[in-house]
Amino acid sequence: MTFDRRTFLGMGTAAVAALSAPAVLGQGKPRVIVVGGGAGGATAARYLAKDSNGAIDVRLIEPTRTYFTCFFSNLYIGGLKTVSDLGHTYGKLASDYGVNVVHDWVIGVDRDKKAVTLAGGATLAYDKLILSPGIDFVEGSVPGWGLAAQNAMPHAYKGGSQTELLKAQVMAMREGGTFVMVAPPNPYRCPPGPYERVSMVAHQFKAHNPKAKIVIVDPKEKYSKQALFEEGWQKYYGGMIERLGPDFGAEKVTVDPDEMTVDVDGEIIKADVCNVIPAQKAGRVAELAGVTDGDWAPVHPTDMSSRADPDIYVLGDACHQGDMPKSGFSANSQAKVCANAVRGALTGSKVFPAKFTNTCWSLIEENDGVKVGATYEATSDKIAKVDGFISHTGEDTALRKATYEESEGWYAGMTADMFG
Amino acid sequence: MMRAAISLAAAACMTQAAVASELGDVERGERLFAKCRSCHQVGEGAKNRTGPQLNNLFGRRAGTAEGYSFSKAFERAGSKGLEWHAETLDTYLENPKALVPGTRMTFAGFDAPQDRADVIAYLRGFSASPANYPGADPTARQTDHDVDPAILALEGDPEYGEYLSSECKTCHQTSGADKGIPPIVHLPRDTFVAAMHAYKDKARKHPVMNMLAGRLGNEEIAALAAYFATLED
Ligand SMILES: Cc1cc2nc3c(=O)[nH]c(=O)nc-3n(C[C@H](O)[C@H](O)[C@H](O)COP(=O)(O)OP(=O)(O)OC[C@H]3O[C@@H](n4cnc5c(N)ncnc54)[C@H](O)[C@@H]3O)c2cc1C
Repeated sequence: MTFDRRTFLGMGTAAVAALSAPAVLGQGKPRVIVVGGGAGGATAARYLAKDSNGAIDVRLIEPTRTYFTCFFSNLYIGGLKTVSDLGHTYGKLASDYGVNVVHDWVIGVDRDKKAVTLAGGATLAYDKLILSPGIDFVEGSVPGWGLAAQNAMPHAYKGGSQTELLKAQVMAMREGGTFVMVAPPNPYRCPPGPYERVSMVAHQFKAHNPKAKIVIVDPKEKYSKQALFEEGWQKYYGGMIERLGPDFGAEKVTVDPDEMTVDVDGEIIKADVCNVIPAQKAGRVAELAGVTDGDWAPVHPTDMSSRADPDIYVLGDACHQGDMPKSGFSANSQAKVCANAVRGALTGSKVFPAKFTNTCWSLIEENDGVKVGATYEATSDKIAKVDGFISHTGEDTALRKATYEESEGWYAGMTADMFG
Repeated sequence: MMRAAISLAAAACMTQAAVASELGDVERGERLFAKCRSCHQVGEGAKNRTGPQLNNLFGRRAGTAEGYSFSKAFERAGSKGLEWHAETLDTYLENPKALVPGTRMTFAGFDAPQDRADVIAYLRGFSASPANYPGADPTARQTDHDVDPAILALEGDPEYGEYLSSECKTCHQTSGADKGIPPIVHLPRDTFVAAMHAYKDKARKHPVMNMLAGRLGNEEIAALAAYFATLED
């Protein structure tokens, strides 16, 4: 379905009126609490504060003072970015937009009282609660691995120190050693992420450890941008990368972090560096709030509100919404739709129809970027794909370089859109 | 500066070979290139002769063709940042000594803008393939896209435009910074509208922009233009 504004406003008057009825008239400033200052949460907080011009009290709860992006973290592993390129702080959200940034953990959500509890002891009331906590790992999804083993076998699938640890292990790997990645089952954040990582690890090995081997143990039949990655790996890293799929028993994988071994359906691989990316689920606070069904939190596609509670919204990786991949771009896109709806509900501002977009760039080798993208709309049961594109195999070097440069532009734009 | 307006019908049936003809006539350019051929080779197996070979010229920094010994003048021009694109080639081919004083090229230049456009279109075929490279020269340059005056005259709602613009801002920075992705703030309203319709109609090619503009209605494009026109520094 396509909307232009006139048809939208014309046909949907009742719906619009209902959405925009101020929910908390006469109670002072409406209060929104945003949990998680990542791609979804930082964007939602910034847009709510910016667009309401102080009419809404926006609190952002985020434990860390510096957010290290997962996006471009593979480029850091490849030596093309530094840690400081990835780090962003919340100063401008507070000073330029008036967001009240609280560095703490949310450890409880009381939906009846409409309040959250912080690890530091405080209780904060909300009119609307937006959760964008990212992911946690499904316990036992890779038998033998647990958070206690994350130093021996890093996941590097949340930003920050884990990424640094994995890179250090890659750089220190013995000559001719074996890097094993245990790839995650669907759905997980950043579908091309593991394969971009393999490309960047191979990029390092090509220069510093040319006899090294990379083995991907992958429970999935196929994966995102597969033809593009395989073409690139052949071209740049011929013979270095091997992938074991389900036909090799890769969905029956266990690891032993003490021995540094990976058991693929009875075949033992000795790993020098082992990157375990376990199965994923919504960040735990979504479960605490009781808005999950299974591993993820189902939401309404029109405004990202939880299917379990109309005053809670769930953004980004944690939500279950339909066709959008779990990516920073998606979380950012969903946050803007949500901010528009929440502001409408609290202040009576106009609510416009939901529109979503995603584009994911990946780097295969220095200056060889590829991308995949799509637009989405809200249908009654899910966020549904409208139209999309993907890079082609066999593209020339100038296009691939331009695609990479575009991703740099996106990174700068995206982080400015999150943090001001 | 030369510019060719593209008609929609032509854009719809563009083939790889014909893309460059947006700017000039490739066949005519090939005939005109006879004047250059005594010094420059282009195409498969082209080698440096009196002048450098001209394959993959677009996007190349001046004075950097491998294995060719350039004049000091060209080395200097290159190190100051001269790069070969449709615009710079057009200037150079009009009067080589004006753009690069001290060049050893003795050719006086093509006076007629159409001749230059045709030669540039011909040469473009020997750089990264345009159909393959939507953001590349010369398709990346601004096109004069014919837009129905009634569409240009639409008054957009800036508030709606602001909401829609959040989709643009994930990539295009409001600071106007230009890094891999061009800035769009402060574009004149008509330019903005024409560009968006060129993307929508796929006369200007870029997969992300074709996809995003493709689902915007006329009123939505007008709303965006109205909003971007209100942005301050
Ligand atoms: C290697 C890798 C590469 C990637 N590359 C790309 C890419 O190129 N492009 C792209 O678009 N995406 C990419 N992604 C995906 C992207 O990082 C995520 O999809 C995105 O960060 C999701 O945003 P989010 O808001 O859901 O979660 P996050 O960005 O993870 O933010 C969640 C935040 O919530 C906080 N939090 C969690 N629980 C609590 C609590 N109880 N109380 C308070 N705060 C809490 C956390 O500290 C965290 O800061 C990549 C991911 C990885 C791992």
